[in-house]
Amino acid sequence: MATAASAETDPRTRLRALGLDREDAVTMYRNMLVTRGIEERGHILFRQGKIPGSFYTGRGNEGAAVGVASATKPQDHLCPLQRDMGVHVTRGLEPWRVFAQYMGRSGGPTRGRDGNVHIGDISLGIVGMVSHLPAMLPVGVGLALSYRIKNERDRCAFAWCGDGASARGDFHEGVNLAAVRKLPIVFIIDNNQWAYSTPSNLGYATEHPSDRAKGYGLQNVVVDGTDPLEVYEAVKEARDKAVAGEGPTIVECVTLRMEGHAVHDDAFYVPKEDFETWAAKDPIERTRKFLLEAGMSEDEDEEIRSGVKRLLVEQLDKAEASPLPDPSTATTGVYASPEELDTPHH
Amino acid sequence: MATMTYLQAISEGLKEEMRRDERVFIIGQDVGVYGGAFKVTDGMQKEFGEWRVIDAPLSETAIVGACTGAALGGMRPVAEMQFADFVSCAWDHLTTVSAKQYYRMGTPIPMTVRLPCGGGFSGGPFHSQMYDGYFAGCPGLKLVMPATPEDAKGMMIEAIRDPNPVLFFEHKHLYRRIKGEVPEGVYTVPFGKARVAREGADVTIVAWSAMVHVATEAAEQLAGEGIDVEVLDMRTIAPLDFEAIAKSVTKTSKAIVLYEDTKTGGFGGEISARIAEELFETLDAPVRRVATADCPIPFSPVLEKEVLPQTADVVEAVRALSAY
Ligand SMILES: Cc1ncc(C[n+]2csc(CCOP(=O)(O)OP(=O)(O)O)c2C)c(N)n1
Repeated sequence: MATAASAETDPRTRLRALGLDREDAVTMYRNMLVTRGIEERGHILFRQGKIPGSFYTGRGNEGAAVGVASATKPQDHLCPLQRDMGVHVTRGLEPWRVFAQYMGRSGGPTRGRDGNVHIGDISLGIVGMVSHLPAMLPVGVGLALSYRIKNERDRCAFAWCGDGASARGDFHEGVNLAAVRKLPIVFIIDNNQWAYSTPSNLGYATEHPSDRAKGYGLQNVVVDGTDPLEVYEAVKEARDKAVAGEGPTIVECVTLRMEGHAVHDDAFYVPKEDFETWAAKDPIERTRKFLLEAGMSEDEDEEIRSGVKRLLVEQLDKAEASPLPDPSTATTGVYASPEELDTPHH
Repeated sequence: MATMTYLQAISEGLKEEMRRDERVFIIGQDVGVYGGAFKVTDGMQKEFGEWRVIDAPLSETAIVGACTGAALGGMRPVAEMQFADFVSCAWDHLTTVSAKQYYRMGTPIPMTVRLPCGGGFSGGPFHSQMYDGYFAGCPGLKLVMPATPEDAKGMMIEAIRDPNPVLFFEHKHLYRRIKGEVPEGVYTVPFGKARVAREGADVTIVAWSAMVHVATEAAEQLAGEGIDVEVLDMRTIAPLDFEAIAKSVTKTSKAIVLYEDTKTGGFGGEISARIAEELFETLDAPVRRVATADCPIPFSPVLEKEVLPQTADVVEAVRALSAY
């Protein structure tokens, strides 16, 4: 297992070493703010009774999600999961479509057919997740297989798994297939230390969930998931390796799930001190400080924040204006027709 | 007698049998400290300890496969799927191993798999499914689905004692909505004995699980129009009490099969076929089916309502049938 060095170097030097400029870091920061803003507004919508069913967030995971997605290229495919709103935001999913999805409106990516973060948009390279975890991981492997067969040299797949879900066969079978064929894929484990109420020690017996990489002949990297730049660096390296034909890497982003499993869960089983410790490492605040050190002014910060607020107000209005789906369409669209194969992603 | 919810009745059944029989244990995700996603096992780890209420990793295959092994090891395992939908991850173990072990090797597999199932509250395509039809074609499994609190408790105990793998479908939409009188102490409700949920003379509705309540609601409405509906709660579909169906349909001469699985391939199709095959002479009209549309269960309430059988759909079907 390799552990990425959390560089305590001068912010500007660090960015340069990563091949990024300040604007890139500001974009990451903004995407994290949008991500959290979407989910905070989701809570309000839920309390207002506008979100049917349940509601899930990825609070605490914004840095990891945005960090990974920022290291992907437009031609890549991504299979993110329930804590990865930052991936959708970074890839360009407009917030109003997320709100529309939450509220079961026709403007959401699933047109009201699925809810909450079961979201995706293939035109942005994102495959919509299913509930069954981590069912999308072998799907990601299949995308990588398609690049390999077609000999597409600078294309990489990204597939996610939670610490808890890494106990399932889908993870092990998917990782193994990718490993034996050295497929161009990067596996991300969102290790937020809990699987619903189940602590890590009841989920896996290794120190890190990604330590199982060894059993598949792969390498793993464990990074601080609250630092988007550290995540970015590890994922970028893993991507380079994968597209060079050197095989997959498992990148594990360590965070704490900062809210309950879903709205109905107050997370009574998580020690209060842990929340305090990890709140002090809040990815957004951390990135803000980094940027201030890198030369962002307080005014600039204020401008970014108010810009995000304005954006979300406007996007929420747009979502509220999105009509409910037409009930007469409920049973349509179960089977695709041949002409639908002629879309750009095929 | 005590009044309790359907959910409490299931908990009671589990607890009573666990107190009586030390071999019974529960395994599933978040069943211990958290008390289960729906709180069915709330407080049970405190009472029975960590080795009888076991928090498992996120591993349905291992959970169900291990139940088969533990049953062979002399235990009486009860697995909880967090949602019935996730049993798809344990499919192989249920249909390949548990279901066929006795037929091949002569070793009974006394295990229970609890399946919080069904739609009606915007769970979307992966938290709403009624899976009974998929399993009904797998000999060796018993499929049981109580509709009332009293049955829920008695059938829970019966499931644990049954020498076969039993899939216990507990409907999420009934959990806290349905209350009723439940006898104290240990009792069982035998499998394969349907219950007349409402007596009537004009039309028979064959239903199970949550659909019993939809049928009963429809029947009350229709009573006002002078149509007297009999509602038959099958309680279990494997084994199936076809005699009860025959008795009721012989009386009414008209039958509707109401089920929450998809219309095509759902078990109601099998029941309709048997009515047509075996009771043709007693019928005054073709058998009708009211079921979920042949598509995944959508999330948005307006779509979900369109897809799942509603009381109004049943009322309409009964009217059409009684006018036939
Ligand atoms: C196969 C399967 N079983 C059960 C569930 C129910 N469930 C949803 S999230 C979850 C916990 C997942 O834990 P982890 O993988 O660590 O991800 P986290 O939610 O902590 O981000 C469970 C048990 C599921 N989605 N899929």
